[in-house]
Amino acid sequence: MPIVIALVLIVLGSIAFHLLSPWWWTPIASNWDYIDNTLVITFWITGAVFAAVVLFMAYCVFRFRHKEGRKAGFEPENRRLELWLTVITGIGVAAMLLPGLIVWKQFVTVPEDADEVEVFALQWSWNYRLPGADGQLGTSDAEWVSADNPLGINPHDRFGRDDVIIEGGELYLPVDRPVRIWLRSIDVLHNFYVPEFRAKMDMVPGMVTYFWITPTRTGEFEVLCAEYCGTAHAFMRGTVVVADPEEYQAWLQDQITFEEYADNRRGRRPLRFAAR
Amino acid sequence: MVDRRTDENVGLPPREVADILPPHAHGWIGRYVFSQDAKYIAIQYAGTAVAIGLVALVLSWLMRLQLGFPGLFDFITPEAYYQFVTMHGMIMVVYLLTAIFLGGFGNYLIPLMVGARDMVFPFVNMLSYWVYLLAVLVLAASFFVPGGPTGAGWTLYPPQAVLSGTPGGQQGGIILMLLSLILFIIGFTMGGLNYVVTVLQARTRGMTMMRLPLTVWGIFTATVMALLAFPALFVACVMMLFDRLLGTSFFMPALVEMGEQLSYGGGSPIAFQHLFWFFGHPEVYIVALPAFGIVSDLIAVHARKNIFGYRMMVWAIVIIGALSFIVWAHHMYVSGMHPWFGFFFATTTLIIAIPTAIKVYNWVLTLWQGDIHLSLPMLFALGFIVTFVNGGLTGLFLGNVVVDVPLSDTMFVVAHFHMVMGVAPVMVIYGAIYHWYPKMTGRMLNDAMGKIHFWVTFLGAYAIFFPMHYVGLVGVPRRYYEIGEPAFLTAPVDGLNAFISAAALLVGAAQVLFLFNLFWSLRRGRESGPNPWRATSLEWQTPDTPPRHGNWGDALPDVYRWAYDYSVPGAPEDFVAQNDPWVPDAQEGRL
Repeated sequence: MPIVIALVLIVLGSIAFHLLSPWWWTPIASNWDYIDNTLVITFWITGAVFAAVVLFMAYCVFRFRHKEGRKAGFEPENRRLELWLTVITGIGVAAMLLPGLIVWKQFVTVPEDADEVEVFALQWSWNYRLPGADGQLGTSDAEWVSADNPLGINPHDRFGRDDVIIEGGELYLPVDRPVRIWLRSIDVLHNFYVPEFRAKMDMVPGMVTYFWITPTRTGEFEVLCAEYCGTAHAFMRGTVVVADPEEYQAWLQDQITFEEYADNRRGRRPLRFAAR
Repeated sequence: MVDRRTDENVGLPPREVADILPPHAHGWIGRYVFSQDAKYIAIQYAGTAVAIGLVALVLSWLMRLQLGFPGLFDFITPEAYYQFVTMHGMIMVVYLLTAIFLGGFGNYLIPLMVGARDMVFPFVNMLSYWVYLLAVLVLAASFFVPGGPTGAGWTLYPPQAVLSGTPGGQQGGIILMLLSLILFIIGFTMGGLNYVVTVLQARTRGMTMMRLPLTVWGIFTATVMALLAFPALFVACVMMLFDRLLGTSFFMPALVEMGEQLSYGGGSPIAFQHLFWFFGHPEVYIVALPAFGIVSDLIAVHARKNIFGYRMMVWAIVIIGALSFIVWAHHMYVSGMHPWFGFFFATTTLIIAIPTAIKVYNWVLTLWQGDIHLSLPMLFALGFIVTFVNGGLTGLFLGNVVVDVPLSDTMFVVAHFHMVMGVAPVMVIYGAIYHWYPKMTGRMLNDAMGKIHFWVTFLGAYAIFFPMHYVGLVGVPRRYYEIGEPAFLTAPVDGLNAFISAAALLVGAAQVLFLFNLFWSLRRGRESGPNPWRATSLEWQTPDTPPRHGNWGDALPDVYRWAYDYSVPGAPEDFVAQNDPWVPDAQEGRL
C-alpha cells in the first residue's frame, strides 16, 4: 500500500514542483520564442503521459494487489489494443516533432539581411570581431595567430584590415537586427551560450560554425561556455550588451580595427580596449 | 500462447546440439579462481563491477559536495572536480553498467535460461573476465599516476582531452584511460561472442527463439549491438592514442594552445564525436535493453501474469536495437555538424520513442488484472517504470532538435540521462539481484533491509534527479565547477543544489546497507528452496540450488512452452514451468 501512496504523491509532487517552484527559464531576449513554445507543448504532452502512466500503475497496484485466493487473468495479446496504443503514440510524437522541425528550419535559415559578428574563443576568454567598414570579415586561420594578431586574421586579405577587434572585452549587438554569429576557436571546443538568447552552438577548432538570432530586448547578458573546455571552463564568462542603435554606434566608434591593433602592438601604447 | 503437440516427445524438434558435459575443473584454483563455469565468471564480473562502482559512488559524493556546498571543501579543486566527474561517468557507464548486465547477468542467466550446460566457449569466457579485470586495474591505476586520472569528461572530446588545459591531458591519465577502454573492448568481445553464439546455438530441445524469456532477448540483442558498436569506440581510442603519443592528427586540426602553435594539423574533432556517439548511443540501449528484458520477467513473475504482448515486446527490443544505430548524432545537434543533419536525426530519434512507449504500455498492462505480489523485485520494477518513463519523456525534449538547443549541455541533460540510464537500469539491477539471489545462494535476501534499501534508493534518487532538470532549465550548464549567482538565474540554485547533495549522500549510504545485506544473508538468510517465486523459466527448474557445474545433472531439460504460463485457466497451480509437459484437459492435444 505505501507504494500506491508513493506513486500518487510522486505525480502530484512533480506537478506541484513544476507549477510552483521559482526555477524556470530566464526571460527571453531573442526571436526564439518559438523554441520556448515548442518546449512548453512538449512539457504538456509529456507531463500528461507521465501522470497517466504512473497513476494507472498506482491504480493497478491498488486494485490487483495480492489477496488470499486472487487469481490473475490470462490474456497473452490484444492486437486491437496494441494497435491503438501504437497509433495514439505516433500521433503524440508527431505533434511534438512537426513544430520542432518547422522551427528548426527557421533556425538553420539565416535571413539574407543579417549582420555578421564573429566570436573567437580560446582557453579561457571571449574575443569578438566585426566586419568593419567594408561589411565583410577577412579570412582567418590558426596559423596566423601571433602576439600581433591574436585572432589569426589573414594579414594579406584586404577584407580583414578594417575588421574591428575586441580582445577580451564586451560585445555590443544592436537590438532588433538579425545577426549571424560566426564561431571560431583555436584550441579546444567551446560553446557560445547566452541563456537569454536560447540559441547556442559549439565552436570547433579547424572549422567555422554559426547560428543566428535577432536580439529583441536591450540589456546586459552574461556569456557562458557550454562545452567543456578544461580546468577553467566554469570561469569562462563574458558579457554581451544589446543596445539601441545610437548606443551601439557610440560603442562602435570606440573600437579599434585590426590595422590599428597591429600598429598599437608595434610600439605605441596603451592598448585601447572596449570603452566601458 | 499454445503450440500444437501430438505426443510428449514427438513434436519436439530433434536435439541439434550434442549434450556434452563440460570437463569439471580439478582443484580449488580451477574451480573458483580461473573458473570456466559461466556462473562463477558471472559472479567475478559482477563483484569486480560493484567494487569499481563503489569508487564511482564515492566520486559522485565528492562531486555533489562541491556542487551543494561550493567553497567548503578546499581539497576539491577544479582539476579534482573534473577528474571526479570524468571517472564517475566512465566507470558507471562502461565498467559497471555494461559489465554487470552483460558479463554478470548475461553469464549467469543465458546458459540457465536457454537450457545449456555452459557458454559454448568456456575458456574464452574465462579470458574475457581476466582481460576485463586488467582493464579495471589499468583504470584504477590512473588514480595513482602523476597528474591523476583524466579530467576530460567521460566523452573524452579532443582536442582538450590530450592538451594541457585538461587534467591528465599531457600526463599519464588520458593514456591509461584509452588503454583501459581498449582492453575492456577486447575482453568484452570475447564474452560477447560467447553470449550470442550460446543463445543461437546451444538452446535446449524445444526452446525456440520465440519461447525465450525476454531477459535473454534483451541481453542477446544488447550483446549483438555491443559487438557492432564497441569497434567504433575501439578505433576512436586507438586513433586518439596515436594523436597523443605519436603526433598524428586524426582528431587534431592546426591549434594554438596558450599562445603557442602546436604541430598538429588537418584533423577533425567532430570525426571523434561521430565515432564516439556511434558507439555512445547504442551504448545507452546496451544498458537499457537487458534492463527492459529483465524487468519484463520480474513483472510477469511477481504479478503472476504472462507478459502482455510478448511478440510485440520481442520486436520492440529488436527494432529499438536497430534504430539506435541511426540516432547517434542527436548528441551533436549543437556540435557544429551540418545543421541539416538535425532533420534526419530528430525524426529517427522521436520514432524510437514509439517502440519504447509500447514496452512501457505492455509493462503496465501486465499489471492489469494481475495478482500483484509487492515483493522487493516487484517494488524495484515499479520504481524502474516510474524513473524510466520520467527519463524517457525528457528524452523527447532533447531528441527534438530545436528544443535541445537551449537545453543542450545544461544540467537538464545530466538529469535526463541519469534518470533514464542511471537510476532506471540500477533499479532493475537491484530488482534482479533480489530476484535471483536465492538461485545463486539458496537463501533469500533479508526483507527488512531490502525494504529500507528500496525506499531510500527510489525516493532519494527521484529527489536527486527530478529537481535537477530545473537547475538545467534555469540555464546552469553541466560540468560547471561552480555557477555563482549570475543574473540570468530566476532564483538562486544554491539551496536546491544543497538539497540534491544531501539526498545523494543519503542514497549512497543506503547502498552500503544493501552490500551488507548481500553478505549477511549468505549465512543468515532464510532458506529459499529451488523456486521461491514459483517461476516458470528454466533457471528455477535446475536439479540443484545453487546449480552445479553443468547446470542440469544427467539430462538437459526439454521445453514445451513459452516462459509466461502464469495463471493459465485450468492449470493445477498458478504457473506451469517451461519444461512441464502439462496439457489442459479442456484442449486435448494442445499445450
